[in-house]
Amino acid sequence: MEDKAYIRLEGITKTFGTVKANSNVSLSVKKGEIHALLGENGSGKSTLVNIMAGLYAPEAGTITIGGRERHFSSPGDAIAAGVGMVHQHFKLVEVMTAKENIILGRKEGLAVRGRELTEQIYQIGKKYGLIVNPDKKVYDMSVGEKQTVEILKMLYRGADILILDEPTAVLTPQETATLFGILRNMRAEGCAIIIITHKLNEVMEISDRVTVLRRGESVATLDTAATSPRELTELMVGRPMSLEIHRASYEGKRETLLRVKDLTAADRDGVHRLNHVSFHLHRGEILGVAGIAGSGQKELCEIIAGLDKATGGTVEYNGEMILGLSPREIIKKGVSMSFIPEDRLGMGLVAGMSIVDNVLLKSYRNNPGPFVDRKAGARLADKIIREFDISTPGKWHTVKDLSGGNIQKVLLGREIELHPQLLITAYPVRGLDIGASYNIYDTLNAQKEQGVAILFIGEDLDVLLALCDRIMVIHAGAVMDIVDAKTASKEEIGMLMLGHRPGEEAAV
Amino acid sequence: MTVQIVKKAAVSRRRQTAYRVFAVLAALAATGLVMALAGYNPFVVYYKMIEGSTMTAYRFQETIHKAIPLITLSLGVAVAFKMKFWNIGGEGQFYLGAFGAALVAFQAPELPMWAMLPAMMLAGMLLGGLWALIPALLKAKFGASETLVTLMLNYIAIKWVTYLQYGPWKDPKASGFPKMPKFADAAVLPKVFGVHAGWIITLAAVVLVWILFSRSKLGYEIAVLGESEATARYAGMNTVRTMLIAVLLSGGLCGLAGMMQASAVERSLSDVLSGGMGFTAIITAWLARLNPPAIVGVCFFFAILLQGGSYLQTSMQIPSSVAAVIQGVVLFFVLASEFFIQYRIQISRGEKKEVA
Repeated sequence: MEDKAYIRLEGITKTFGTVKANSNVSLSVKKGEIHALLGENGSGKSTLVNIMAGLYAPEAGTITIGGRERHFSSPGDAIAAGVGMVHQHFKLVEVMTAKENIILGRKEGLAVRGRELTEQIYQIGKKYGLIVNPDKKVYDMSVGEKQTVEILKMLYRGADILILDEPTAVLTPQETATLFGILRNMRAEGCAIIIITHKLNEVMEISDRVTVLRRGESVATLDTAATSPRELTELMVGRPMSLEIHRASYEGKRETLLRVKDLTAADRDGVHRLNHVSFHLHRGEILGVAGIAGSGQKELCEIIAGLDKATGGTVEYNGEMILGLSPREIIKKGVSMSFIPEDRLGMGLVAGMSIVDNVLLKSYRNNPGPFVDRKAGARLADKIIREFDISTPGKWHTVKDLSGGNIQKVLLGREIELHPQLLITAYPVRGLDIGASYNIYDTLNAQKEQGVAILFIGEDLDVLLALCDRIMVIHAGAVMDIVDAKTASKEEIGMLMLGHRPGEEAAV
Repeated sequence: MTVQIVKKAAVSRRRQTAYRVFAVLAALAATGLVMALAGYNPFVVYYKMIEGSTMTAYRFQETIHKAIPLITLSLGVAVAFKMKFWNIGGEGQFYLGAFGAALVAFQAPELPMWAMLPAMMLAGMLLGGLWALIPALLKAKFGASETLVTLMLNYIAIKWVTYLQYGPWKDPKASGFPKMPKFADAAVLPKVFGVHAGWIITLAAVVLVWILFSRSKLGYEIAVLGESEATARYAGMNTVRTMLIAVLLSGGLCGLAGMMQASAVERSLSDVLSGGMGFTAIITAWLARLNPPAIVGVCFFFAILLQGGSYLQTSMQIPSSVAAVIQGVVLFFVLASEFFIQYRIQISRGEKKEVA
């Protein structure tokens, strides 16, 4: 079986400074196989695939493709050897059409024969079930379509080894199903497919074999059919773990804390970012927000926190209108927002400052006089480090040098130490490993039990369904529905995310 | 053979300082090489520079006189840089400060010293600060690049002083020479231990800026704002107000430097008052990594170069611009050392090695 391997990596080692990103990693993938690469963040998955794609050069180890040893010194070399990579963040030129993007970077020939190319693209697409309009501009495309273009681009360049880096992270359940169909077609055509993911159910669903990475080492390669999510988790984390997310219950009185009515926001071009959004949030409740990335989540959070302006509607907190107040006035009232934008450190934390200076960010003003009380800050930092079990060389350590999970804990710890009544949290587990994610869920549950109202912007529908009380689904800035998390299904939410209300005709 | 650039793990503070000190030494060696090629013994040249800047009381005082405005200017620049507000208009704010001082000295020449000097200082700081406020307001209102505006305002400030020198404020008794009259004695900073009292003001400014950066709420806000405006807004800071105050402070310090230079050294106003120190201060502030005590050290080193350079001209007939060359090379080497603090170059040979 091993000798049939089409691409084989052996003994791959790559270090960044003192960090061993890959240490003696081995991986072999056959033609006509979908191979999942599973591992927590920082386990070395991305490093490994970037080596395969010619972006990094390993310090040691060999790459063999089709029986020949290869050395890539650029992505061009890798493409020439048939390795195509679809990155998590698409590398497409927005203002160009699908067709133009596909031929971009092609070296041979000066003239482009449009019709012939369209035909070629159509043929490749037909073969694998990739449906895309070659003349559509990328900026008009949905995320799923963009991904299709990326895959087409690789196939057009003759890739027979396709690497996909967390391809489902940005997709709805329906789009994911479509993607998996495409991947199965490619498998049938004899491609070798490597898919990075940390979602276990996807591994079980799509892959033939799975290689688990932990701390830069390849721990095991298993036949998917012969393994279970439980075993995979254990290999990934290094110890047995429960995968249940528990839904805490709040015993106190059910009163409405936040009342949002007809909230509308338009950007400079008059495009509605939020379109008459209305909802209530109670004490001791976790209200989840589901939606495709960029459906208005950011605007919703920032308007409630006073960082962005609305063009209409009302936001009442404890019966008091807070729309239009400054962030400072809103903080004083007990609204806390731990908003984590995509780059995590962009807002909420100051990357270049110490933990102490970061935990002071919202409370430094409480010290009378012109000076910052760093002694109080140090005490608070100690407390947060202890209570949230943050691993750091010290409280004066720079935040950006901590791991993602610990950065997140600093942020969440500071917000919770402010004893908020309302906690707005967006993607709080993005980029965190499983253990750290469960810690965050526990923290949120504990806050809920104390009667804090939580607005939870999430991405993973399984988590939203398990953790939240109700889920508000938004599409293009409008609320499609607010469903009960105990009874709703993933498919139902997925349809809503795409903008289809129940009963309406579903367009594909 | 492949050459790769590899990112290093975090380098300790002490290591970083060692790299930078090494870079300065390497820069001196490189300049020495050029001197040797030009036919001078670099050891003699360097010795002469040290001799010319420290060996006698007078020369040492002159070095301090050069360090005083440089330190104050660097502090001013550092306050803005801390906020990532790229104020490269220290030169212009310096001249506006000197102009403010001269305005008081010329318009109210009969003031007694106890009133004269504080009034000059206040006027200098105010005008320097307001001059810096122009780009800050333009940035806050229209998002205009402060780098360009501060740079351009330098030339307006210098030309304004030139205009005064050749026009309304020209000394009628200077037999046609375009120069301004001297200040009254009450408008001249007195000497303390042989050096004008500016050194006390400067040291006080060093301590105050150090406290500002390391202890105060304002300094904390400036630093947060410099790292990320979004975070500052998120934390409920009034970002515009913080920026305007910091810029006012930055320009005020630069103006103070101009006031001291006009009062104590030139005893008048002139359009060559700064000798380009407003620009040198950008280098020194940056080399000192915006750290006030380090600014004192770096500026003193630069003052030795300046004073030693002018001594070379008289003692060895070497152009004093040698000092400027050394400054440039030092900056170049220290910039390069920043690269080596973060990365190392790895050369791996052949493809045989790759089998582990």
